[in-house]
Amino acid sequence: MKEKAMTTPEIRIDEADTTGVRPLLEIRDLAITFKTGSGEVQAVRNAHLTILPGETVAIVGESGSGKSTTALAAIGLLPTNGKVSAGQILLDGEDIAHASERRMIELRGNTIGMVPQDPMSNLNPVWKIGYQVRETLRANGKPSGPADVAKVLSEAGLPDAHRRANQYPHEFSGGMRQRALIAIGLSCQPRLLIADEPTSALDVTVQRQILDHLETMTSELGTSVLLITHDLGLAAERADKVVVMYRGQVVEAGPSLELLQDPQHPYTKRLVESAPSLASRRIQAAKEQGVEAADLLAPATEVQANDHILQIQDLRKVYKLRQGLGKSTDFAAVDGVSFNVKRGTTTAIVGESGSGKSTVAKMVLQLEKPTDGKILFDGVDTSLLRSADLFKFRRRVQPIFQDPYGSLDPMYNIYRTIEEPLRVHKIGNTASREKKVRELLDQVALPQSTMQRYPNELSGGQRQRIAIARALALDPEVIICDEAVSALDVLVQAQVLNLLADLQSNLGLTYLFITHDLAVVRQIADHVCVMEQGQLVETGSTDDVFDSPQQDYTKALLNAIPGARLMLPPEVA
Amino acid sequence: MTNKNSHFVAPIEETPLLATDTLKTDQAPLSLWADAWRKLRRRPLFIISALLILALVVVALFPGLFSSVAPNEGCELANSEGGPTAGHPFGFTFQGCDIYSRVIHGTQASLSVGVLAVLCVLIVGVTFGALAGFYGGWLDIVLARLGDIFFALPLILGALVITQLPVFRQNKSVWTVVLVIAVLAWPQMARITRGAVIEVRNADFVTAARALGVSKFSALVRHVLPNALAPVIVLATLELGVFIVAEATLSFLGIGLPEGIMSWGHDIAAAQSSIRTKPEILLYPAAALSITVLSFIMLGDAVRDALDPKSRQR
Repeated sequence: MKEKAMTTPEIRIDEADTTGVRPLLEIRDLAITFKTGSGEVQAVRNAHLTILPGETVAIVGESGSGKSTTALAAIGLLPTNGKVSAGQILLDGEDIAHASERRMIELRGNTIGMVPQDPMSNLNPVWKIGYQVRETLRANGKPSGPADVAKVLSEAGLPDAHRRANQYPHEFSGGMRQRALIAIGLSCQPRLLIADEPTSALDVTVQRQILDHLETMTSELGTSVLLITHDLGLAAERADKVVVMYRGQVVEAGPSLELLQDPQHPYTKRLVESAPSLASRRIQAAKEQGVEAADLLAPATEVQANDHILQIQDLRKVYKLRQGLGKSTDFAAVDGVSFNVKRGTTTAIVGESGSGKSTVAKMVLQLEKPTDGKILFDGVDTSLLRSADLFKFRRRVQPIFQDPYGSLDPMYNIYRTIEEPLRVHKIGNTASREKKVRELLDQVALPQSTMQRYPNELSGGQRQRIAIARALALDPEVIICDEAVSALDVLVQAQVLNLLADLQSNLGLTYLFITHDLAVVRQIADHVCVMEQGQLVETGSTDDVFDSPQQDYTKALLNAIPGARLMLPPEVA
Repeated sequence: MTNKNSHFVAPIEETPLLATDTLKTDQAPLSLWADAWRKLRRRPLFIISALLILALVVVALFPGLFSSVAPNEGCELANSEGGPTAGHPFGFTFQGCDIYSRVIHGTQASLSVGVLAVLCVLIVGVTFGALAGFYGGWLDIVLARLGDIFFALPLILGALVITQLPVFRQNKSVWTVVLVIAVLAWPQMARITRGAVIEVRNADFVTAARALGVSKFSALVRHVLPNALAPVIVLATLELGVFIVAEATLSFLGIGLPEGIMSWGHDIAAAQSSIRTKPEILLYPAAALSITVLSFIMLGDAVRDALDPKSRQR
């Protein structure tokens, strides 16, 4: 396998030759291996990319494709069990793949800067922001007085930088932390900035602002950017060139628009097809699979126009925030929210973090008590349910949660996980339960042999399918998906969304879909409720909301979808 | 394609496309415990400590297999502080008793005190800790303060006071020692359990189980506790060693096991008088104690590494 990777020099491309400019960073035939408990694992092989001065290049790929590893190799920060086993990393003509640690320290900061992925964990919580900026300046021998620190911070778009420099990371919001990290990354004016998923933990509108700002700053400084992202739409929008990585190899590279419009490699094709920010129509294929599906939908919406399985009226949830001894202030997480969910349809609640969308889901699931307002399920006020009725209610309304790594008990094998609801509700005997589990696994397109496995052996998408199977075990009528696909790679996400659409048309399920991702909403939802700071700002059918948004907030959200501004093949427009 | 040079496509035969998200079926299913066991099996630290503990257990259960001489049999003052002779490989104590036989017979008391004390601590500590951590609120406050009170008592000082109670003084036995240790040591177990339970209690799988209609208490027993058990098991193995030392200390001070029961602590105490003339007499029971404690602590370390969630695959 290794020899094969080495013997393909003819496929390397030398963009430098065509343009005549010396590339700032050139990675040639890079291979990276990791030593693990079970021998050596090749994480990256045969990778190559070229970044010209002032250019932005994006590496796109799913998790585990080797995109971050490649970037870490370029800044010499591979984990200790990883090493560059072949190839070159040329920075301005100098091979830094095997440079000494001393040389790398010289380069880091003022030649290569880095903006890490997670703004929540990449600032040291015990030091003030200003101190952390100063540390970088000082390490690179730049002037590091308070005025310099404030200048760096204000350039990164932090207002009131003098005061902000004296605050601790926990006093910053996610977006502000990311700005601080960008400030640190760019403080020494590096010639190359590596941005590893710089905004994937942020809300879309904040993401948009940050990326806009990063773009302005880097173009002013003439900095080259190596952007790492899982979002093809974002990559295409922000980068001049896109490099697609798949299972440790570069499968396609080229100018971003060309690559999107004319993908050559089957993997790129697959990515372009399923990127939610680009594919912007309801998943129709699944809905139209059976003729009866269309029949099922049409009369349901026309004849029984008032068949609302869920009616939410003036829902309010107030939390008491403790402020010292005995004092507390009220905080309305959800404030006067009303909407209806029609049987057999999908309603999406969209909002950014802190909008109260998950609290609504928890209250509908009867896991939190509303402070005020009513939730009618099938015409019955759920707040009046006694425990026996509540137990029955649980059979009819089931959740699917966001984190595929947290929603399955690691101690239970898959059989016990899916069987648990049946056992709790005392349905059938051992044999009939096993039969049901097998059926459910078929329904979510997993082999029946999965039964004996444990959650840690499954990928995120597979776990989410198990969670769906568990939710379906009791033949519920309503499924509440709380960010059910947000943690998944795009291809897997598309797969799970298709599965959900299939199940809806086959079983007549009603979905309440909580998400922050408008692109996903467009793919799955019939109706949209947009929430902002606990209040419902806009509701309507998906097409109405997307085609003619009424509220400024909705417009801002729609505009912030990465790739939304890209002009793509005609069927979109 | 406008510019053939700048658009690179990897040859497909070199980068074969797999179906999205396929299930890996090349390995046997693995539960958390099976995985931990597989990791443990290969660790020399675990193998050594497990073999040592196995040997200790056999010695404790069947001391007669290893020594034909009963510990207090045939003590002759003529042999006082005598060196090793045939059949008495470690020599004789000040009282002229066979050291080898005393060390062998002392194993039982040490191990049984350790094991029983750990069991008591587990029962009390895990129950209190789990209830406090899971339900929170006033129950947590009451149990936490109660634990703090016991936590503040140093083991030896507390034991000195408790053993002076008439009930304890009149009924000196293995059980009184176990009880004293358990009463003073449960808060640490409760704290660890409480922390682990709080960590798991808000996991999505617990919420999911509640949404399925599982009651709060069953969620605690079925989902939260099994997932909170790893640190508890580690602490239990480590504490086993600590409790064996505690028993020896108490016996050394004369407030532990009654004189009739063989204990390394007693022997260490008795060897004091010979420490200048014959230090070996002290050496043997002390070495037995050290080896025992060391093997449990090594086991605890190995188990901790094996159960470390960060070392789990994926």
